[in-house]
Amino acid sequence: MTVQATRHIQISLTVNGYRSTTTVDARTLLVHHLREHERLTGTHIGCDTSNCGACTVLLDGRSVKSCTVLAVQADGAEITTIEGLSGPYDGFTAVQEGFRQCHGLQCGYCTPGMVMAATSLLTDHPDPTEEEIRLGIEGNMCRCTGYQMIVESVRWAVEHPEPGRGG
Amino acid sequence: MSLVGARVLRKEDPRLLTGGGTFVDDLAPARCTFATFVGSTEAHATITSIDVRLALAMPGVIGVWTAADLVDHPDLPGGFPGLERPVLARNTVRFVGEPVAVVVAEDRYIAADAAAAVDIRYEPLPVVTSTEEATSPDAPVLFPRHGSNIATVVPMLDDLERDLQRCDQRASLHLVNQRCAAVPIETMACLADWTTEGLTLWATFQAPHHLRNYLAAWLDVPQTQCRVIAPDVGGGFGSKIVWYPELFLAPLLSRRIRRPVKFSQTRSEAMVQMAHGRDQVHDLDVGFDRDGTIKALRFVITQNLGAYPDPTGLGLAVLTSWMAAGCYRIPKVSTSFRTVVTNTTPVAAYRGAGRPEAAYSIERIVDLVARRTGLDPAEVRRKNFIPPGAFPYETHNEPVVYDSGDFPQALAECLRLLRYDERRAEQATRRGDPGASLLGIGLSCWLEIAGFGPNGSLEGFGHLASWESAQVRIQPDGSAIVFVGSSPHGQGHETTFAQIASDELGISYDRIQVRFGDTATVLQGVGTMGSRGVPTSGSAVKRSSANVLLKAKKIAAHLLEASEHDLDVADDAFFVRGTPGKNVSWGDVAWASFQPLRLPPELQAGSLEDRLYQESPNFSYPSGAYGCVVSIDRDTGEVTIEDMVLVDDCGTVINPLLAEGQVHGGVAQGIAQALFEGVQYTAGTGQPVTGSLLDYLVPTAPDLPNYTAGRITTLCPNNPLGAKGIGESGAVGAPAAVVNAIVDALAPFGVEHVDMPVTPEKIWRILEEHR
Repeated sequence: MTVQATRHIQISLTVNGYRSTTTVDARTLLVHHLREHERLTGTHIGCDTSNCGACTVLLDGRSVKSCTVLAVQADGAEITTIEGLSGPYDGFTAVQEGFRQCHGLQCGYCTPGMVMAATSLLTDHPDPTEEEIRLGIEGNMCRCTGYQMIVESVRWAVEHPEPGRGG
Repeated sequence: MSLVGARVLRKEDPRLLTGGGTFVDDLAPARCTFATFVGSTEAHATITSIDVRLALAMPGVIGVWTAADLVDHPDLPGGFPGLERPVLARNTVRFVGEPVAVVVAEDRYIAADAAAAVDIRYEPLPVVTSTEEATSPDAPVLFPRHGSNIATVVPMLDDLERDLQRCDQRASLHLVNQRCAAVPIETMACLADWTTEGLTLWATFQAPHHLRNYLAAWLDVPQTQCRVIAPDVGGGFGSKIVWYPELFLAPLLSRRIRRPVKFSQTRSEAMVQMAHGRDQVHDLDVGFDRDGTIKALRFVITQNLGAYPDPTGLGLAVLTSWMAAGCYRIPKVSTSFRTVVTNTTPVAAYRGAGRPEAAYSIERIVDLVARRTGLDPAEVRRKNFIPPGAFPYETHNEPVVYDSGDFPQALAECLRLLRYDERRAEQATRRGDPGASLLGIGLSCWLEIAGFGPNGSLEGFGHLASWESAQVRIQPDGSAIVFVGSSPHGQGHETTFAQIASDELGISYDRIQVRFGDTATVLQGVGTMGSRGVPTSGSAVKRSSANVLLKAKKIAAHLLEASEHDLDVADDAFFVRGTPGKNVSWGDVAWASFQPLRLPPELQAGSLEDRLYQESPNFSYPSGAYGCVVSIDRDTGEVTIEDMVLVDDCGTVINPLLAEGQVHGGVAQGIAQALFEGVQYTAGTGQPVTGSLLDYLVPTAPDLPNYTAGRITTLCPNNPLGAKGIGESGAVGAPAAVVNAIVDALAPFGVEHVDMPVTPEKIWRILEEHR
């Protein structure tokens, strides 16, 4: 067994509005880069097969699983993590506030990924049906809530639109 | 206005919704290293050689350790004599994933590279994965010195054969309650930092004091030098009260290398290294009369323990046998069990731990009686229920005395919400139409044992005690800190316990903070498990708060020159009853409580503090009636849950929003067990088939239905809140409701049972046979 020589590459990201230029090991996953170099630990890791979605962030406005993107692939991109959300509900976005109002979280571990997936969903589909919501968060696992209250949380956000979100 | 019973929003949410939570892997102290464990690739083998030279030579690798480096250290605590688990495999490996070596490196990437470079050679041994194989006469034995694969046997005193024969009819069922993985979305993680002051271990764990007690003993240090902190914990479901080797080795290695050592499991590691749950086989015999009266039940349990008996794993079958008769008055009940080791991941608690297994089997049996007698399943249940006037009800097992319940009322409410008669009529219509999907209706009138527990109960699982602690401390401004010994992992302790304390103290919710999860600052605790949070911990908070209020009233009375008996407290102030103008704020009372010159003579400075250990005279017994309607596609065998009605009785509800959330989550795991999940091994090799989330089907949002929640309330007489606990209810009640519905849908084909998970393939094969 041999070890591949590691190659370091300079990348430049805009993370939550701030420009960040660093050198990374070419094999570094975006999620590890965000957590360990940017120290944005709100983005979590729950699997190693891209199933759980706990690591969901927005890359140029679209939701991605940051365990499935290399940091170098994100070079030049704008990244939004859970720490980068802000809105009119005491600083929360309607999606965050919906989760609070409807008890859409328990242990909170899947929550940042779930909130980012829901945020992305509502950007694309401002008024989704229940089925569209369930399909829209299909890539995100929650082991605590049984999902109904998450669906209700997203509905809450739909019913409380924010300026600048979606149509 | 009372906060107990109100849908109060959670205190936990703002930090968790903004990425402000602190989970173990979020911590990164200076000079932190990363540990990766090298797991066995064989299910049963002799280790012939371990070569770590290549791994050690890698830049960034700090060290590699094997069992040979740990000869001075004992096996993991709580083991079964003769079947103890070493922290790293010693000579023999007994399941795939069993840690054989550990690598510590500068970061997780290097550690993973080095772990892959550790060269371990094995001489394979014959493998057993099922209890059936493991107990066959010529089975290979995991622990040759023990002589067999059977760990414990509790035999039957009376096999009830004569009673069964005397009944009008009898029936048998052989059921498999399959192995499940808990899959908290946060896997096992810990961070050990051993400094000159001693050890601090951050661990994602349900019972930090429990871990501290055993860890300090294992490390042979005083508990004062062993601090365990459970920060935010990303789910547990029973899988985080287990003695994993990583929790013991990370501290040891931190001491050796004098740097912090972090371990954070990958999901693929977690699937084989975190304890699994369930894995029981039941052989059931029931005797009954033509009118549906059940007269005798024989309940034989075989528990797969996995490769090493876990203290909780050994107790699962005890709980199953205790709850064997469910909510029914059955004159003769006999149970027996044996526990068996196999070449699989160890089995321990998983949401419900022994009770889902019992509820599933008795509810399947009652449906079988209905089928054989031709009676409606609801009718058979009503005929056999323990009546509401029969509590406290002594069962077939002496420690088990049901506290309270109203099973007929719960069922009636469930049938009403289910529109039972209407759905039965619809079913009859659909059965006559070969083009229509199959409709099935399933009931589950479940009962569980919770609120752990009376003195001696948790001690049997290796815990220090069965009480739970609370400490209420008033700050000089009249705000309050409530410390609780139980440490949450999603339950919402910060919210529910603040509600309870607020009602008792008259201090507003926003001025109460609940703290837990740190052995250095929180008085001795037990932990969060067995649906004990509200009944035990919550009751401790209630009584401790009441004790503080008594003393606060003395101070307020002294300040107001009134009698303490004439005082009321509300909205952060004390009032003289009938003279609302005569009052003093909680803040003034609290301030005075620290000033000896302003205190009544019987009190000292700092008196507004109380601590207590809440003991329970008995367990609590949450119950409920769940109803499920499924439709089955005749061509594909796919099951759709059309309706899922959940009537719970958990006694007093502190926060309906959180209680409902607990039920939903438990039901989701119950439905998942019924339809989707099951840990599988390849027979003969013991290789896991479900080693990642690609192969182990954790449901996502489109896989699960909406739930219709209902509630009845009978109070628990055994604690001051009247609460029974709610955390495990859903997982206990749901599997039988779903499987009963599926078997009901398949009744026209003569199907009397299908084992879980009831996959489309299993149903399709049944339908194919009848086409």
